[in-house]
Amino acid sequence: MAQYSQSRFDASFGALSDPTRRGVLEQLMRADASISDLAERFHMTLTGMSKHIGVLEQAQLVATQKVGRVRTCSLGSRRLEEEAAWLENYRRLWAERFDALDTVLEDLKRKEKRDGRKSGQ
Amino acid sequence: MVEKAGNEPTGKRTTSERRSEREMVITRTFDAPARLVFQAWTTPGLFKQWWVPKSSGATLLSCEQDVRVGGSYRLEFAHPQGGAPMAFFGRYLEVVRDARLVWTNEESADGAVTTVTFEDQGGQTLLVMRELYPSKEALDIAIEGMDEAMPETFEQLDDFLLAMAAGAPGR
Repeated sequence: MAQYSQSRFDASFGALSDPTRRGVLEQLMRADASISDLAERFHMTLTGMSKHIGVLEQAQLVATQKVGRVRTCSLGSRRLEEEAAWLENYRRLWAERFDALDTVLEDLKRKEKRDGRKSGQ
Repeated sequence: MVEKAGNEPTGKRTTSERRSEREMVITRTFDAPARLVFQAWTTPGLFKQWWVPKSSGATLLSCEQDVRVGGSYRLEFAHPQGGAPMAFFGRYLEVVRDARLVWTNEESADGAVTTVTFEDQGGQTLLVMRELYPSKEALDIAIEGMDEAMPETFEQLDDFLLAMAAGAPGR
């Protein structure tokens, strides 16, 4: 297991060490794209881009699907897991704030009950 | 006594969702009328008591809120790792008492516009917060940046909640 994740880590690390591949990931965060689209955008040959995509695919950072003659690339499961983790942290930040807000609201309710609600409020 | 070990009690759960490429939506129900939730959100002395997550280690140095259309707000934080205080600021675009707040986040060029609605539901309040970013990239960057700023553990939160539950009203 440890070895598996180590190799997965190495694969990700290797995949992300190249600026073109990082650019491809950024591009795919915006929208799916075919290999020829990506080749054109990054001024490369189809073969060159296919190699980069192969590396990203191995690291599960990119997934590809062939429809007819066109191979379309999208973000892989790995990338989506990371995005899910970000969203969870975001939710936790707010959950933490709102739990603290509950305490403030309990205080306010207690005070109102004690003092009686002021008219005009 | 409410158990807070990671699981929030049902009905009080905070949900978050990436509603679109550039919008985050958060919802939460509070066991208090909208009037009080709005008050806790717009009164600096109260706002200070809940806004800063304990787990962030940050402290709120100052909080100014001029809650009216066109009015500005400014929050300054000190980070435990030191360095210059971080400021968050912007303007209120809409203010409807006890019901709705809209403000800008101007500390970065790609800041969101935040809309919070307070919906009174018979003594409880459904709060819906939307953060609309100018672009998908801006939201991606914001989420990524926050991830780095937040520590993984929330043990401090448990301590905090226990301490708060133990008393000290009107802090």
